[in-house]
Amino acid sequence: MRHIISILLENEPGALSRVVGLFSQRNFNIETLNVAPTEDPSLSRLTVTTVGDDRVIEQITKHLNKLIDVVKLVDLTEGNHIERELMLVKVKALGAARDEVKRTVDIFRAQIVDVTPSLYTVQITGDAAKLDAFLQAMAPVGILEVARTGVSGIARGDKVLSL
Amino acid sequence: MELLSGADMIARFLQDEGVEYIYGYPGGAALHIYDALFRQDKVKHILVRHEQAATHAADGYARASGKPGVVLVTSGPGATNAVTGIATAYMDSIPMVVLCGQVMSHLIGEDAFQETDIVGVTRPIVKHSFSIRHPSEIPEVLKKAFYLASTGRPGPVVVDIPKDMTAPTERYEYIYPKKVKLRSYNPVTRGHTGQIKKAVELMLKAKRPVFYTGGGVVTGKASEGLTDLVKKLGFPITTTLMGIGAYPQSDQQSLGWLGMHGSFESNMAMHHADLIIAIGARFDDRVTNNTSKFCPTAKIIHVDVDPSSISKTVRADVPIVGPADSVISEMISLVQGQPITHPEALKEWWEKIDGWRAERHGKLYEPSKPGEALKSQEVVEALCRITRGEAYVTTDVGQHQMFAAQYYKFDKPNRLITSGGLGTMGFGFPAAMGIKQNFPDDDVVCVTGEGSFQMMMQELSTCKQYGVGVKILNLNNASLGMVRQWQDLNYKSRHAHSYMESLPDFHLLIEAYGFTAITVTTKEELEPALERAFADKHELVFLDVKVDPFEHVYPMQVPLGSMRDMLLSKTERT
Repeated sequence: MRHIISILLENEPGALSRVVGLFSQRNFNIETLNVAPTEDPSLSRLTVTTVGDDRVIEQITKHLNKLIDVVKLVDLTEGNHIERELMLVKVKALGAARDEVKRTVDIFRAQIVDVTPSLYTVQITGDAAKLDAFLQAMAPVGILEVARTGVSGIARGDKVLSL
Repeated sequence: MELLSGADMIARFLQDEGVEYIYGYPGGAALHIYDALFRQDKVKHILVRHEQAATHAADGYARASGKPGVVLVTSGPGATNAVTGIATAYMDSIPMVVLCGQVMSHLIGEDAFQETDIVGVTRPIVKHSFSIRHPSEIPEVLKKAFYLASTGRPGPVVVDIPKDMTAPTERYEYIYPKKVKLRSYNPVTRGHTGQIKKAVELMLKAKRPVFYTGGGVVTGKASEGLTDLVKKLGFPITTTLMGIGAYPQSDQQSLGWLGMHGSFESNMAMHHADLIIAIGARFDDRVTNNTSKFCPTAKIIHVDVDPSSISKTVRADVPIVGPADSVISEMISLVQGQPITHPEALKEWWEKIDGWRAERHGKLYEPSKPGEALKSQEVVEALCRITRGEAYVTTDVGQHQMFAAQYYKFDKPNRLITSGGLGTMGFGFPAAMGIKQNFPDDDVVCVTGEGSFQMMMQELSTCKQYGVGVKILNLNNASLGMVRQWQDLNYKSRHAHSYMESLPDFHLLIEAYGFTAITVTTKEELEPALERAFADKHELVFLDVKVDPFEHVYPMQVPLGSMRDMLLSKTERT
């Protein structure tokens, strides 16, 4: 099963490589990885999506917790949560396709953020499935380039991941 | 306020931390630190002949003394040479602090002379690592390093120190930090009381219980409590290789050690048990054999200070995260005065176990007959007799390691000092050196083989320099015995590179360093040679004992089988 693990990490040099290294060292999977400093500059928040059965996920969280740089973590998929990913896509926009692309962008509630005579750059946010669906819809028109941030997530309700 | 250079802060910190010995080898990036060490006399620096030996010596010292071992090496090759020793300490959870010189900060990343990203290289084999970014951080970083290395589940910590951080001209305020706090590191100090209660209930109700304890009891200094608990309950106990001696092996309740080359009765008892009480052991593959066939009828209680050890390979029914000593003492207070529910079942269980014991008694190996080559097993038995089972025994890796563990009887923890997890050939001799310096009045013997010994024999020179009187028992079968055994069993005796064709004349070699060597080829020579070797506690003596190269280590678990599936000799199996 797919899990989203959110980690508060010491914002220290080498900390990220310890997290990433752990995954390869222990033969765990990383599907997506997303990291940036938080409002507290001494902490980074890292979101990783991974796939594994309960035993594997238990090992992943235990080993992550064992890293000295990991301050706190939560498996967001254990409860209700919001997950979002941001994607920038360059798609061909020539002739009749130009309107078609614009319509699809509206349907997906995406935005065109840059325009040239031959292409649109589209910004879209949502969960991974929505982004996949958008790419599928655009495929016949011609996708030129894709940049995805990987999943970022947060728990619903009053639960807060902080120190 | 005291102003010190980074190098002087390091020397001063080591003094304030109470470090007695530091093992190392100088080089460019570490020279400021070496100069600071030279100008003081509290911390003794031992100059090894190879950095790997520095880590093994510090490791041996740490295992025997319970205090972190300290290593100082230079950047690049100095640091990479230390890697095997760091990995050895990591696998066996040994507290160690490794100070590595590094090229100057402004050169990092430029492929400077003797530059290696040692923090990167060692990342998967350390508990944690630090890079010094400003000299003023040194006292606090070092305190954190010692704190991390020696608390919770211990392990090695690397501190990378660019040369400019130790420059004599840059001085900063030095205060010894008595305490240090890390917001992300809070090792558990006691187990969950509810879980411990649950465990004790299972223990009292068990019909076929076995204690299975490991290195966590030794490093957690919980041997006394364990002995008390096991005695109170009257249960059998088996230990891992790393846990040997945590419970006295000469006691009737001890079944010896378990696993691939463990005792017949240990493995049989584990397989048939209805309750396994695992403490400070990690269900490693050399213990469990095939996990899907592991102990089919047993419930499992697993106590470990490291939560990631629990249910890693075998699922625990009652997991308890906590240090061995406090969990055990809580168990003792709960067991106190409580009768076990099925005393008659426990009696039957013991009858069964005694039956297994009797089945293999006297059949473990065939002693040599007059005119035949000595058997390694009888050599170790003689060693145990001559040293009254009280020596510190270090080993290298292979057949001799298993024989030492099988035939020397250990009644105290920290007496068998062996590379259990990583299985590092070359570990034994430098480790013995580290122990002997800490315990000069005890017998310290390295049981080794001619293959392993040659990996670290340059340390004879270190022993000469510091007058280290270790004994070296070289079980010389002129082959890599364990490799050869596997080749006999799995490769139709095609002995690919498992023989030693051009062995040195060890006698001459040892004498070249000014030490005594004794060659033993017959049974009659054996005991007198051992007596002579151990007569003077402060003299290094090398015993070159020619042993039977055809001998195998048994029992040996059958690959992919259960605990009870064992080869018992070249012709028998369970």
